[in-house]
Amino acid sequence: MAKVLVVTSGKGGVGKTTSTAALGAALAKAGQSVVLVDFDVGLRNLDLVMGAERRVVFDLINVIQGDANLAQALIKDKRVDTLSLLPASQTRDKDALTSEGVAKVIADLSKKFDWVICDSPAGIERGAQMAMHHADMAVIVTNPEVSSVRDSDRIIGMLDSTTEKAKAGEKMEKFLLITRYDPQRAARGDMLGTDDVLEILSIPLLGIIPESPDVLKASNVGAPVTIAEPESAPARAYTEAARRLMGEKVEVTIPTERKGLFDWLFKRRVA
Amino acid sequence: MTFLSSLFKRRSSAPVARDRLQILLAHERIAVGDGKDDLLAKLHREIMEVIKRHVAVDQDKVQIKMDRGAQCSVLEIDVEVPGLTDRAENAKKD
Repeated sequence: MAKVLVVTSGKGGVGKTTSTAALGAALAKAGQSVVLVDFDVGLRNLDLVMGAERRVVFDLINVIQGDANLAQALIKDKRVDTLSLLPASQTRDKDALTSEGVAKVIADLSKKFDWVICDSPAGIERGAQMAMHHADMAVIVTNPEVSSVRDSDRIIGMLDSTTEKAKAGEKMEKFLLITRYDPQRAARGDMLGTDDVLEILSIPLLGIIPESPDVLKASNVGAPVTIAEPESAPARAYTEAARRLMGEKVEVTIPTERKGLFDWLFKRRVA
Repeated sequence: MTFLSSLFKRRSSAPVARDRLQILLAHERIAVGDGKDDLLAKLHREIMEVIKRHVAVDQDKVQIKMDRGAQCSVLEIDVEVPGLTDRAENAKKD
């Protein structure tokens, strides 16, 4: 039986889609079979970040409404063969996400994959509620910044009250993923530190992703950072976070950029 | 601003952010809860009901303020009650 994981945050632009792609790819590279499901109906972007935008034929809504079957709608990744994508619809309305329809798709995907990772839209409306509703565990993506932390707190409250698991009286497993973290600014006291965010939200830490130009570079070329730049600091942080998701005990550190002597010399010469 | 004061004025902003969040979220967790009634709105409504039971008050003459602090919060309710003073004075006369 698959683990159903929702990647959520409340606030937009904190890195949900980037993190969904990076974590999913890292899990797939570790040999797990993974499907990424985009719940952002109307504003899909996971296909673009995954570099599959030109291969979308059918989408989640088509499957829910019976216009296509899962096999037709799933897009297999060309780089990692255990990774698949179920895109969201770009044209339909969020109301097309019916509870029964979503439940059936998640149940069918659970039979085929080890991990079903749901990329939630921003906000607390229907799309976000549907994305979290059937989840067994949640990754809450948070930037070390006041509005993001506040919205994460609200989402944690919803995970504990509105989801199927919460209604059945079971506990939802929740993990905090801090993204766009700048250790230097935090050390200067100009950015909330990881301890501050952890103390306020009080859920276990999955990982700290340092702010890095490699994340944008990866999305520019349509690849998860864990595939495009696997040795970069953010990719190593995501890979370690994925190992923690699989239950491994890995100490949380903040990876730093590895600058080889060659890089250094080369940079000096160019400049 | 003198050079010295500007030198000492520079203080880190992260602790301010942390404190503001802690106070805000402590209240929002109660207020939002799991989609239940807003505590403040509830207090407001019920207090108004009690007052209305005994005196006729104008909605506009009721001021409600909330001051949220880290240790305790103050709910300040200011109700302008018409007629009471007259009656009190009349009672004295009798």
